[in-house]
Amino acid sequence: MRGLPQLLSRAKRVRVGFSASEPVLAIQAGILQPDKFTQTFVQLRGLQSSNVISQAPLAAVADTDSGKQLRQELETIVGPGNVSSGESVVLQHGQDEGPHQGKSPDIVVFPSSTEEVSEICKICTKHNIPIIPYGTGTGLEGGISAVDGGVCVNVSKNMNKILQIHQEDFSAVVQPGISREMLNQEVRADGLWFPVDPGADASVCGMCATGASGTNAVRYGTMKENCLNLEVVLADGRIIHTAGIGSRPKKSSAGYNLTSLFLGSEGTLGIITSATVCLHAIPESVAAAVVGFPTVQNAVDTVVMTLQCSVPMARMELLDEVQMKACNEYSGLSYPETPHLFLEFHGSESEVESQTETVRDIAADNEGGEFQWAVQQEDRTKLWTARHRAYYADIALRPGCRSLTTDVCVPVSALPDLVTATKADIAEHGLVGPMVGHVGDGNFHTMLLFDPADPEEFRKCKEVANKMARSAIALGGTCTGEHGVGQGKMVLLEEQFGKDGIDVMRQIKGALDPQQLMNPGKVFSRN
Amino acid sequence: MALKVLVGCKRVIDYAVKIRIKPDKLGVVTEGVKHSMNPFDEIAVEEAMRMKERKLVNEIIVVSCGPAQAMETIRTALAMGADRGIHVEIPVDKMDTFQPLHVSKVLAKLAEKEKVDIVMLGKLAIDDDSNQTAQMTASLLDWPQGVFASKIDKTDAGLEIIREVDGGLETIRTTLPAVLSADLRLNEPRYATLPNIMKAKKKKVEKMTPADLGVDMAPRIQIVSVEDPPVREAGQTVADVDDLVAKLKEKGFSSA
Repeated sequence: MRGLPQLLSRAKRVRVGFSASEPVLAIQAGILQPDKFTQTFVQLRGLQSSNVISQAPLAAVADTDSGKQLRQELETIVGPGNVSSGESVVLQHGQDEGPHQGKSPDIVVFPSSTEEVSEICKICTKHNIPIIPYGTGTGLEGGISAVDGGVCVNVSKNMNKILQIHQEDFSAVVQPGISREMLNQEVRADGLWFPVDPGADASVCGMCATGASGTNAVRYGTMKENCLNLEVVLADGRIIHTAGIGSRPKKSSAGYNLTSLFLGSEGTLGIITSATVCLHAIPESVAAAVVGFPTVQNAVDTVVMTLQCSVPMARMELLDEVQMKACNEYSGLSYPETPHLFLEFHGSESEVESQTETVRDIAADNEGGEFQWAVQQEDRTKLWTARHRAYYADIALRPGCRSLTTDVCVPVSALPDLVTATKADIAEHGLVGPMVGHVGDGNFHTMLLFDPADPEEFRKCKEVANKMARSAIALGGTCTGEHGVGQGKMVLLEEQFGKDGIDVMRQIKGALDPQQLMNPGKVFSRN
Repeated sequence: MALKVLVGCKRVIDYAVKIRIKPDKLGVVTEGVKHSMNPFDEIAVEEAMRMKERKLVNEIIVVSCGPAQAMETIRTALAMGADRGIHVEIPVDKMDTFQPLHVSKVLAKLAEKEKVDIVMLGKLAIDDDSNQTAQMTASLLDWPQGVFASKIDKTDAGLEIIREVDGGLETIRTTLPAVLSADLRLNEPRYATLPNIMKAKKKKVEKMTPADLGVDMAPRIQIVSVEDPPVREAGQTVADVDDLVAKLKEKGFSSA
């Protein structure tokens, strides 16, 4: 049986240091967001040793003469009420939902139109000030941390309209202030929905910036498959439309695929000021099912076989036995403490019935236990409670602990081995690491719990996380399936792409952002 | 013996909209504002649908009183699965004086005309919060009422209803016909799907006026004024505990 060491021997060996923001927290529950200002962050700060070389931070922008001039110019563009350097405002705008200690920007501006965003970028370019776009601040990788200070451009507060809904064309055009739940609320009366569901109620444009995904990706795709066009403001203030001005056809062969370029660029190439996204028909019938297995291998085999049978699963989530125990304790449930699959089927009534039958049989063939299923909305909600509250159940396992959450994604055929090897590695290191996975995509998260006051435990978590990412890369996968690179995985990105791959990214960045102002310190290093 | 249900649906300002008071302070701005079906009415339609799926009900008639746009609400209910609709047309300028008593009279007349077994309503509408229509309709018809229902079951003799009341849950039994009103936890309504929205366009909707039903529209309630709640004042920072205590005393919060 292959273990991680053998897998690793195929990976390149590169020195890994702590960068300013390694730990990652996945919020899969998506109901409450953790309180950002807990004591834990203060403790966590002590753990981070920064040996990443970054630019010398800017002098406090607000207090210098040029700072005052900058502020005045910004106020002229957006109005004095829409510029702030208040302590709590900047603090909030530098800190996302992950455990990275974010760095605050110097000034936050709240533009009300694409033209204002363009003018802001021109001013920042003139003064050589970093620009950090901000949507809902629900990211997990420290993507909004202003590592070199600068101007944070909050595009969600005032730019919050749904610009167009095209019911017959199944698309909508939204501004950054529209979150996915807001969009869903608006279109459901038309029998439509927006299926990309990363858990948090994130800004749709923000989801484009990070290339977000979620539990429905196995059937409906990620943001990349659901975005038709983006309006982007570049560092120099130019406004472009990545698929053409006002374009929203289902397909196009016109020019370079700029939409793909900006999707997932994490604010390093431009600011997204509107997104044209795909909508889907609300399924006629939905059924949910939960089934337990003796081992993770059984569960993952079931997943692989189901996909091989081409069953159009809408959701396929794996919760391992550690996670199930946590869920039982937290939500007062009584599932057997074994790995479970949480499934959802979409389609017409007859399609859903036949899909359910097929999967029930496959599960049984793989030693599956009782196959619970439900059709009624309330029953489905109850059935999925365990999965929805998974993250909070994990934190409750060891009160006061934090979680370093991994996010690897591999081809589905490689999943069984990687999951098994990962669990062995977690056990070897003596860690508690419940596992939740969008196994239909070959993507899984382990919540590696650590005591914030114990640097040795944190170091072990880092070791496991990095090993896992390297194994994933070696198996033909990726170091991040959906959370993005932010600051924490920059080194892993280099390993995944090789020097030439990253150099091409650097060249593109250099062409579009020669002054290196757009969200510095993210995705890859300057050189 | 399958039952016939009349479900009332009201078109209200969407719950997520920020309400603005009209300059004349006699109402709220409705022009150009997003409207949708009253959430409790969605629950009522859903319950009727579930009873139909359990073969307890064989016909669901949805009725809405209002101007032309009330048709949208009826179509939504039809898309959820109701069989046919009745649109009781009220001109826009009469909407301000169209009140729960009028609705009750309309529903009572329709219940008799259509010979229904159950009148199913939402417990209240989120715009006026009146919580009167179901009760008045039952009274006009002299039918039993099961309001704030969180569970409805059929028995041999009629219905068994669990009601949400202040002290907890109350179980009552009524004969049929009866008037029911839906509370929040009765069910989670389904979403209208595209095929059902298409089918709904072909379902029959009858139009009529209150006069056709012999209902007089004279208002019984006069709105005197509508005002915003007081504007939230800025907070005050206090220097230290002594300052805080002094301020509390000043505002009359301390007896010491």
